[in-house]
Amino acid sequence: MIEIEGLTKRFGPVTAVADLSLSVGKGEVLGFLGPNGAGKSTTMKMITGYLTPTSGRISICGHDVETDQISAQSQIGYLPEGAPAYGDMTARQFLHFIAGVRGFRGDGANAAVAKVVAKTELAPVLDRPIETLSKGFKRRVGLAQAILHDPPVLIMDEPTDGLDPNQKHSVRALLKAMAPQKAIIVSTHLLEEVEAVCTRAVIIDRGSIVADGKPSELLARSRYHNAVTMTLPAGKAAAAAAKLKLLPNAMTLEQSAPDNGLVQITVFPKAGALLVEDVSTLAVREQWDVKELYAEAGRLDEVFRAITTHDTARARASAA
Amino acid sequence: MSQVWQIFKREFAAYFATPLAYVFIVIFLFAMGAFTFYIGRFYDNGVADLGVFFSYHPWLYLFLVPAIAMRLWAEESRTGTIELLLTLPVPLWETVVGKFLAAWAFTAVALALTFPIWITVNYLGHPDNGVIVAGYIGSLLMAGGYLAIGSCLSATTNNQVIAFVVTVVVCFLFTISGAPLVLDFFRAWAPQVLIDAVSSFSFITHFSAITAGVLDLRDLIFFLSLIALFLTANVAILDLRKSG
Repeated sequence: MIEIEGLTKRFGPVTAVADLSLSVGKGEVLGFLGPNGAGKSTTMKMITGYLTPTSGRISICGHDVETDQISAQSQIGYLPEGAPAYGDMTARQFLHFIAGVRGFRGDGANAAVAKVVAKTELAPVLDRPIETLSKGFKRRVGLAQAILHDPPVLIMDEPTDGLDPNQKHSVRALLKAMAPQKAIIVSTHLLEEVEAVCTRAVIIDRGSIVADGKPSELLARSRYHNAVTMTLPAGKAAAAAAKLKLLPNAMTLEQSAPDNGLVQITVFPKAGALLVEDVSTLAVREQWDVKELYAEAGRLDEVFRAITTHDTARARASAA
Repeated sequence: MSQVWQIFKREFAAYFATPLAYVFIVIFLFAMGAFTFYIGRFYDNGVADLGVFFSYHPWLYLFLVPAIAMRLWAEESRTGTIELLLTLPVPLWETVVGKFLAAWAFTAVALALTFPIWITVNYLGHPDNGVIVAGYIGSLLMAGGYLAIGSCLSATTNNQVIAFVVTVVVCFLFTISGAPLVLDFFRAWAPQVLIDAVSSFSFITHFSAITAGVLDLRDLIFFLSLIALFLTANVAILDLRKSG
């Protein structure tokens, strides 16, 4: 439903997006990740027709964004960064304005607004000026205008930014409920959000895609993937570490500083190997008095950092 | 075209959602009255027409109309709503025209509220109401010209103050381009054709022709084509901004 081919955007000498190609189908929720300034927002602005690409093509449900922009835009619901809205309008007036522009008239408009108000739980603030609303409600107004016409394509720039945990949860639940019928792109800084709602994660860095896969596949790239972490009394740590190192599947081992008389040891497996059974058997046999023992799925933030900071690290190394 | 109406409705309502509309209308009416009665000595003239009243319109519009026009696009850029507005499925020109028409309709409301002065002259004497109607039409057209310039310049910046100042300067040049101050500058070196061209851009020349009671097609075309020109430039500027 979203087809992007060789998308490039230059602002003067700066290349914000470099030859980016991407295809998002129905039922996919694509988490768009990357450091600040990586080109996430710029890409979204081009998809929605707010910015014109320097080169490359974007098509939305078969409509080219450049040559058939109005048709493409009518298929898109867009929540720009910061959820801008006309502050002096009430939420009701604002949603009716959007409904009117989206082609709803009379009863149709009332029904569409009522439906979206119920979905985003806006009823209590419907007749208050938007500028007087809390951040959470403002964001929900932005969300409401984006999904009002039930678009097949949703583009959301940091939809949960600045929301409290309850609000985040309800926004994510809403996205999940809509996901099967739509193609959704969500940009975010929150890695837990990717694990919670996304079926696919794309990491971009300096305008190019550096990773693309299911969140579980990205997790598998983490060095913590299948590692085993255990907590045990400091007194037994040295002996345990020595034994753990000898396990046939263990590769390396990390040990934390003692805290409250307890030490955390993480054992990393050799490629493709599983450790948790070996470690737990060993722990029971040696009576290490283990307080905690778990296998790690992987850490997305660590993958994110490994992928997006290597250039900075290299630059620093070459400077030194 | 139906989208123009949707944009128009929202924009027009926005004027009345804040004190802006009321403040503007009060200042507008007060200034009109002050100029007409005190500076123009309306009663002392002893003539039952609105010539004096209309003669101050170009100068009042010079400052009041840019105050309306400055927010048209600069405000949208500052608050970020421009991103929302320009990603809605509305052709760019319809958005520009809808917003412009809303601002124009608002000035029309302000202008219409000067009707007591029209009643006054009819009470005091027997004015030529045809001339007065022509005057109002001319005044509205001129306000449209100032607004189109202001809308276009407002799209170049996200700072309303800059939009205001630049608009006043450009409008000033259009207002007085028929005056010796400007023409003498060109006379020294420019061919007569250019001097005539510059002089023909003068709002005052065209406006006073209309208020004299002669609703010449050329004066109408002048204002309407000026509006079209600046709105086209407005669309082009917004399009250019999309390219970054």
